[in-house]
Amino acid sequence: MNGGDGEEVDSAALGPPAPLEWKFSQVFGERTAGEEVQEVDIISAIEFDKTGDHLATGDRGGRVVLFERTDVKEHGGNRRDLEMMDYATRHPEFRYKTEFQSHEPEFDYLKSLEIEEKINKIRWCQAANGALFLLSTNDKTIKFWKVQEKKIKKISEMNVDQPKLAGNTSVASTSFSSNPKLHLANGGSPDRFYNYMSNDSSFPPGGSLSLRLPVVTCSETSLVARCRRVYAHAHDYHINSISNNSDGETFISADDLRINLWNLEISNQSFNIVDVKPTNMEDLTEVITSAEFHPSHCNMLAYSSSKGSIRLIDLRQSALCDSHSKLLEEQEAPGSRSFFTEIIASISDIKFAKDGRYILSRDYMTLKLWDINMDAGPVTTFQVHEHLRPKLCDLYENDSIFDKFECCLSGDGHRVATGSYNNLFRVFGCASGSTEATSLEASKNPMRRQVQNPSRPSRSLSSSITRVVRRGAESPGVDSNGNSFDSTTKLLHLAWHPSENSIACAAANSLYMYYA
Amino acid sequence: MSTVDEPLYPIAVLIDELKNDDIQLRLNSIRRLSTIARALGEERTRKELIPFLSENNDDDDEVLLAMAEELGVFIPYVGGVEHAHVLLPPLETLCTVEETCVRDKAVESLCRIGSQMRESDLVDWFIPLVKRLAAGEWFTARVSACGLFHIAYPSAPDMFKTELRSIYSQLCQDDMPMVRRAAATNLGKFAATVEAAHLKTDIMSMFEDLTQDDQDSVRLLAVESCAALGKLLEPQDCVAHILPVIVSFSQDKSWRVRYMVANQLYELCEAVGPEPTRTDLVPAYVRLLRDNEAEVRIAAAGKVTKFCRILSPELAIQHILPCVKELSSDSSQHVRSALASVIMGMAPVLGKDATIEQLLPIFLSLLKDEFPDVRLNIISKLDQVNQVIGIDLLSQSLLPAIVELAEDRHWRVRLAIIEYIPLLASQLGVGFFDDKLGALCMQWLEDKVHSIRDAAANNLKRLAEEFGPEWSIQHIVPQVLDKITNPHYLYRMTILHAVSLLAPVMGSEITCSTLLPVIVTASKDKVPNIKFNVAKVLQSTIPIVDQSVVEKTIRPCLIDLAEDPDVDVRFFANQALQSIDHMMSS
Repeated sequence: MNGGDGEEVDSAALGPPAPLEWKFSQVFGERTAGEEVQEVDIISAIEFDKTGDHLATGDRGGRVVLFERTDVKEHGGNRRDLEMMDYATRHPEFRYKTEFQSHEPEFDYLKSLEIEEKINKIRWCQAANGALFLLSTNDKTIKFWKVQEKKIKKISEMNVDQPKLAGNTSVASTSFSSNPKLHLANGGSPDRFYNYMSNDSSFPPGGSLSLRLPVVTCSETSLVARCRRVYAHAHDYHINSISNNSDGETFISADDLRINLWNLEISNQSFNIVDVKPTNMEDLTEVITSAEFHPSHCNMLAYSSSKGSIRLIDLRQSALCDSHSKLLEEQEAPGSRSFFTEIIASISDIKFAKDGRYILSRDYMTLKLWDINMDAGPVTTFQVHEHLRPKLCDLYENDSIFDKFECCLSGDGHRVATGSYNNLFRVFGCASGSTEATSLEASKNPMRRQVQNPSRPSRSLSSSITRVVRRGAESPGVDSNGNSFDSTTKLLHLAWHPSENSIACAAANSLYMYYA
Repeated sequence: MSTVDEPLYPIAVLIDELKNDDIQLRLNSIRRLSTIARALGEERTRKELIPFLSENNDDDDEVLLAMAEELGVFIPYVGGVEHAHVLLPPLETLCTVEETCVRDKAVESLCRIGSQMRESDLVDWFIPLVKRLAAGEWFTARVSACGLFHIAYPSAPDMFKTELRSIYSQLCQDDMPMVRRAAATNLGKFAATVEAAHLKTDIMSMFEDLTQDDQDSVRLLAVESCAALGKLLEPQDCVAHILPVIVSFSQDKSWRVRYMVANQLYELCEAVGPEPTRTDLVPAYVRLLRDNEAEVRIAAAGKVTKFCRILSPELAIQHILPCVKELSSDSSQHVRSALASVIMGMAPVLGKDATIEQLLPIFLSLLKDEFPDVRLNIISKLDQVNQVIGIDLLSQSLLPAIVELAEDRHWRVRLAIIEYIPLLASQLGVGFFDDKLGALCMQWLEDKVHSIRDAAANNLKRLAEEFGPEWSIQHIVPQVLDKITNPHYLYRMTILHAVSLLAPVMGSEITCSTLLPVIVTASKDKVPNIKFNVAKVLQSTIPIVDQSVVEKTIRPCLIDLAEDPDVDVRFFANQALQSIDHMMSS
């Protein structure tokens, strides 16, 4: 990613990377024609792990489904060798690994509120000992999951023949006629034995040969997901984001008005680090919409607001970080204010690029790429929904204007992607000089609707006030292919593989994967 | 297989339950591992039980934790110290699990075993284990390794020592912050076993790496090793190497690091000696007392007395006291509260004159603080000042503070001040108490909150103990007994409770002449709750009073109650009667 002006010369010499040819890779849970989509099956979160070997999705039914990469063999050789192996010739392919019920619907009796089981966010944590760890959250409760292969054990060679003990009274009557209660040996009151044993502390010096240890044989393994910790009762409002810190021991959770800091190992306390709640709720003008930790600086985090600004805060400065250390905000173009201005300015998602210098944000109309060292405005703006501007009234009527689209960056930071309506998603090149702007449909034939827009974007100059860069702007009224617009088929969630050009996106209950 | 000998049957069950489906039973068996081992004998324990445990280590964390703990004391069951090494393999696997508490326990047990092992066995078994863990593929193993070096190092041959030091240095630069944190945490312990020559070179360079770590969480653990390393080094080396680090830490960008410094600084003063303390540490501490971040000031304020104890009184008055004055009007109530909880301890340090001149105004202003915790903290430490300047100078301000706290609208605050009344009474003396506080103590008996009434009754008992029966018969008993006619039965119950607490303190005579008649009258109350409480109180007075009084007064009263229409009253009356009979027969 080249944001600085100085680097522009170099990259111009090399030329921008060529636009990617996207190809369909896989689909999970494809809908057959005419099949009704169950509400609970709709995917509500997608996340790759750091290595890109695993993918997790969450749905409205509170389930988390895990997929694992199949083009990397997991058996034989250690992890580091595998990472060195050259599998770049093949595109990532995944297979279903396991699934578990992460959240259940609940009812808050104090507030008379239903708490949906819908998974709002999933974040992977550091794997250890071959076990996978992840955090999942619904509106109120965050859970820490461990997914691990467990051996299914068969136990043989017991000392006490259990069925006989239970069924045959003669055993008991011969050995323990004095104490009938000992029948209950394997489930009843074992205390008696222990009292008895502590009285009789002398065992034969060589040990008793008649005792034997159980023999355990394992025939197969199965994946087991266990909830290790529950972080609850810390949010009055709905949780919109969770994010792990690079220190490996803490994470944040953000709701509309507050951000809390947790230690992964401590579930009964958290620290409030940001609180934007005004003393009088009528003065409320702005809410937190998304928050994320810097990928490598443990002290820095960013959060976005409903007014379209991004605040960076430095945890080192103060225990309560109500005052930001940096504010990224775009000046409003004069004269352009309308009833919808504030609604469409609301940022629905922010993501740090891997190097931590750039932040990608998504609002209703655009994707914006920000340099954290430049607070005067975004480096680049990509138009995503400009063609919907005339329809804002309708979109407001049917609430679509409040849809929260996510965004993602490629691992190398050269491209960005976000979703749209009609199950479309768009990929833009953000390296300097790139004109890449591709629309793809979440279907088996993604390029069907693709339109390459040749118009070159004007790169922003630091002196100009209007930083709007028109890129991929379409003719108003129709979408990129002139198809009629369908606000019910929206592609909200998508994720870019951390190291390869591969995108996973959710169209209703189906998970589509593409590569280039 | 019902061929098990009769006395071994329970053991057999115990062994089988090592693999039961019920986690409670597995846990039980693991807790009884020593019994199983004794039944099997040392050889079979070594050859069968321990390998069995090594293989079956994917159990629940609770079971693994118990196993890690049991194995730490298992040396006698495997045949003594010469066989101790057989215990290492199962603990090694436990050192790699993801659950921190299991790992910590396994490391603790390994250290315990390692410290008993023979030197040659350490070289053959323990050191290779540490090396394996330190090279572990997953961070969990490497984290555990950090905690074992101080056991492995002392008995290692020179060649191994060099290697161990270089491995530790790598751990200090590990990719994973978790590992670097573990390395920082254990650096002090490891350093204590390293020879002085290497201390100054190898260990100090590791320390410097850690102090410059990007991660705040690593740096702030390095602060903790400052004090530990400081104690190991010669004073001049400490001044040369540790002092600059701690001074720069005290100005770190991260408030969490400064917070740690504020907590640790006083420990370093002894290590560096008086002169560097005066020139460097006092200014650093003063900066922390004036830090921008309230959390840092809280930590610094909480250590003010400990810090002043190390300094000369002049230095304390000259440098620290001005800051203390500022803190006493700090904008954060928590800072003032932290200060109030320790400031009284400064009085003995500064001496009488300085206390009157400098500290007294601060005490007085804190006593008027708007935040109740601050006032309470001052009052709770009153005895420390009393020893130095006497209470008279304070008593003028004390009384309004106490009265205000006594009437605070939060009952927890009222409760807290009641707890301190006996302390206040002993410090202020009878005269002051009679004039000012007596009425308050009675007022609490009629508080709206039960906990307060309960505490008030207890308070009366403690006062009676403090000032003796003669004083109590004049100043407590009549006032208490007056209230037995309160129209509300809950308040009458409180009085009964107070009477039952006072009776043992007042002794037999006063109980019979004054208290007992009131109790007997109460037995005619119309509320059953009062009546069965009367039965309970009577039962508790039986041991105090004379046999004849029991027969003449208590028994008839109880017999009446035993015929009460209310079932509970009858129950407690009968219970009390039984205890009379019991007394008689014994």
